[in-house]
Amino acid sequence: MDNPIQTDYLRWIVFLPLIGAIINGLLGAKIQKSMGKGAISFIACAPVVIAFGLSLVALFTLKGLNPESRFLIDRLYTWISLGSLQVDMAFAVDPLSTVMILVVTGIGGLIHIYATGYMHDDKAFWRFFAYLNLFTAAMLTLVLGDSLLLMFVGWEGVGLCSYALIGFWYQDHNNARAGNKAFIVNRVGDFGFVLGMFLLFWSLDAQGHGTLTFREIAKWASTLQGQTIWGLPVVMVATLFLFVGATGKSAQIPLHVWLPDAMAGPTPVSALIHAATMVTAGVYMIARLGFLFAMAPETLHVVAVIAAATALFAATIAITQNDIKKVLAYSTVSQLGYMFLAVGVGAYAQGVFHLVTHAFFKACLFLGAGSVIHAMGGEQDMTKMGGLRKHLPRTFITYLLATLALTGFPGTAGFFSKDGILEEAYARGGMGLWLAGLCGAGLTAFYMWRQVFMTFFGECRADEHTKHHLHESPPVMTWPLVILALGAFPVGILGLPAFLGHHRFVEWLEPVFGHGHGEAAHLSHETALLLTVISVVVALAGLGLAYLMYYRQTLSPERFSALAGGLFYRLSYNKYYVDEIYQAIFVNGTLLLARIGALFDQYVVDGIVNGSASLTRFIAWLNGLFDAYVIDGIVNAVGNITFWVGNRVRRVQTGNINSYLYGILIAVVVAIIVKLRYWS
Amino acid sequence: MLSGFSPNELSSYLTIGAILFTLGLFTVLTRRNAISVLMGVELILNGANINYVAFSHFGSGNADGQIYAIFVIMLAAAEAAVGLAIVLAIFQIFHTIDVEAVETLRE
Amino acid sequence: MDLSTAVFYLVAIITVGSALMVAFSRNIIYSAFSLLGTFAGIAGIYVFLGADFVAGVQLLIYVGGILVLILFAVMLTHRITDVQITNRAAGRIPALIITGVFIYLLIQTIRETSWVKVKEVVFQPTTAKIGDLFLDSYLLPFELASLVLLAALIGAVVISRKEIKE
Repeated sequence: MDNPIQTDYLRWIVFLPLIGAIINGLLGAKIQKSMGKGAISFIACAPVVIAFGLSLVALFTLKGLNPESRFLIDRLYTWISLGSLQVDMAFAVDPLSTVMILVVTGIGGLIHIYATGYMHDDKAFWRFFAYLNLFTAAMLTLVLGDSLLLMFVGWEGVGLCSYALIGFWYQDHNNARAGNKAFIVNRVGDFGFVLGMFLLFWSLDAQGHGTLTFREIAKWASTLQGQTIWGLPVVMVATLFLFVGATGKSAQIPLHVWLPDAMAGPTPVSALIHAATMVTAGVYMIARLGFLFAMAPETLHVVAVIAAATALFAATIAITQNDIKKVLAYSTVSQLGYMFLAVGVGAYAQGVFHLVTHAFFKACLFLGAGSVIHAMGGEQDMTKMGGLRKHLPRTFITYLLATLALTGFPGTAGFFSKDGILEEAYARGGMGLWLAGLCGAGLTAFYMWRQVFMTFFGECRADEHTKHHLHESPPVMTWPLVILALGAFPVGILGLPAFLGHHRFVEWLEPVFGHGHGEAAHLSHETALLLTVISVVVALAGLGLAYLMYYRQTLSPERFSALAGGLFYRLSYNKYYVDEIYQAIFVNGTLLLARIGALFDQYVVDGIVNGSASLTRFIAWLNGLFDAYVIDGIVNAVGNITFWVGNRVRRVQTGNINSYLYGILIAVVVAIIVKLRYWS
Repeated sequence: MLSGFSPNELSSYLTIGAILFTLGLFTVLTRRNAISVLMGVELILNGANINYVAFSHFGSGNADGQIYAIFVIMLAAAEAAVGLAIVLAIFQIFHTIDVEAVETLRE
Repeated sequence: MDLSTAVFYLVAIITVGSALMVAFSRNIIYSAFSLLGTFAGIAGIYVFLGADFVAGVQLLIYVGGILVLILFAVMLTHRITDVQITNRAAGRIPALIITGVFIYLLIQTIRETSWVKVKEVVFQPTTAKIGDLFLDSYLLPFELASLVLLAALIGAVVISRKEIKE
């Protein structure tokens, strides 16, 4: 790890989709008009496929190295150099990120191809692919970035593209609102991420090793032992903040509310972003900073508990939903819970393994659902479907295979990954966590088979018009389905449990997570086998219940929904009213604050302003009075006094000679007196 | 006052002159008839004349004072002529010679 | 007291008494005739002062000319019917005060001033001397005085012509 190998092709894994996004974004409209949608498709899909190729190159390069030195880096330039903060624009690859980029480019590539068929009627074709490429570039930045800051850039980028893509058909107000919801809820989480990032840097800097690069953090993480903030260990607080970010991005309780609404976007978006890639960013982040989380067992405990709760919670909602995509959305939330559960008990590799397998079959399921919706002319309500296996054979087969994997049918990849998690949960986390996971697994089986039976079996409940339109999707859409479905099986071989062979996946990730993070070494083989059997039984029970209810129709679902006066049904169907609670508290609370602010502004602030204006007018009025009476008074008085004096003095002019003489005489007398008395 | 009052004393003549002057002044100030006013003026002039002659006799011995007195008499005559002509003219216009009645010069 | 002093006293009394009559008489005719007495008395005083020519001139001009003129004017403007009104005095009190002050001042001045007197008083005929002076030192005033008289003559004639009445 100390001598990473310099390469210069890693950057193209990120830049190729970015270039595709720029071309389609700026020139897409013109290209589409002049050269048609085929050109757009090529510009969009080619970069991702090539990136996949480059990822394979990286994989094989790493494979050829010693396990301890499997690290490639591509430094472009120094991005930030501010005192102790040094961040480079650099992409790094180690075993963990190889897995991620293969998933993103591989499954992403398949979804790109699928989308060229699914979206081919849409006028804003070019805009969709611009966003899709941009998302891919951002996700790859997130995974390949060698520092927290670069990862955050990708983190925000995928959030932005998620918003853009969910609200792609923005003409419908609800879609735009769903996009807003996703972005805003993500933002709340991002705030936690940022706080965690700052705290981490700040604490490391206090020890003299301020850095945001992952390798550096790993090197100096031990210096954070014993440091506290607000009376709590720094590592615990920072990792909690980071986990808040993860809950936002990966839709765990309490920030899970955006994911079901995000189904308003086109189905390829749901498949790519909300099943395979973006939502897994949280898991990746925690895995990447695993060494840090290992230093904060309290945080890990919190993670595990929330994860288990989410897994169970979402599963209970999924069993009553009638929208085909909503079922899958809640299923995703639930499965993400499993991944976090694994990470929370310290089984990082198992969590990542489940991430990979889940990406395969969830993407397949979403794309399959898209195929069904496409065939049904836009209908998403399962109660109006039925018997579609005759009309959509290939879709049906792939859907079936993916469901088998998801529900943990023995032999499928899902079986190995989920079972692995449950084993770890039991071994490291305790009975409670394991039971929650087990119940979740049972419910998963139930609702998935319910969906399959409702959609593909039985009588077709659609109306005549839709029935006429029922047709299998074009090959450009069905081939990715096949690839994904088939991938569900061999991938499982990578994760064989101990009693069946090497867990190659865990071994591969050992350089990242260290030894001992793999198998539940202290579980005896018998216990492990017992656990496996129990989970298989539970899965089959779920299958059986769904079979009876929805295929044979011997058990009526209504009897179950009527339990406890329909309370459970209602709680489940209305997602435990979480959205309504949030709306009341946060949304309305904020609006109330805004209204109070407006009132304050209107009455207090404007009151003060108007009051000062009135005061000024009043003072001006006083001034006017003063001017009118005092000033003018003085002026007038001067004139009047002059008149008055003039009047009086006028009387001297008597015209009477006598009085003149008097005047003269008096003056003479006075003059004489003065002369005699006062002058010598 | 009578102690030094003799024809050989300058002061007696001066006193007489002063008395005449003052009486003339009084006449001018108090009388309403224009001709009376002129008579008062004559008294004043005569009073002054006595002074002139007295000083000429007692003060300098030459006849300059008397010359002045003659001039004064001459001019008094001229003035009396003109003044009375004016009075007659006023009488013709106003039909009265009351000085207080002739006040067209009043403001 | 010898004769000259007594006569002097008499003359003085006549003069001042007549002047008082002029000042205080209600009847203007009385005033005018008192003025005659005053002029005569003054002529006597001139004699006592050795100014014989001046005394003669005084009598000739004042009594013979001016007094007659005044009498003519009085007659011409006199309304026989209303005798009382013609000579009422106005504002006597303030005049008395002022003139009282005045006479007091004059008397004081006369008594307190030490007059420059000639060593010896000489009585001699003055007519020749005056004649000489008029044509010698005082020639210019003499000529000018004749001009003034001419102007007064013309002026008086002009003013008192009847044509003033339009």
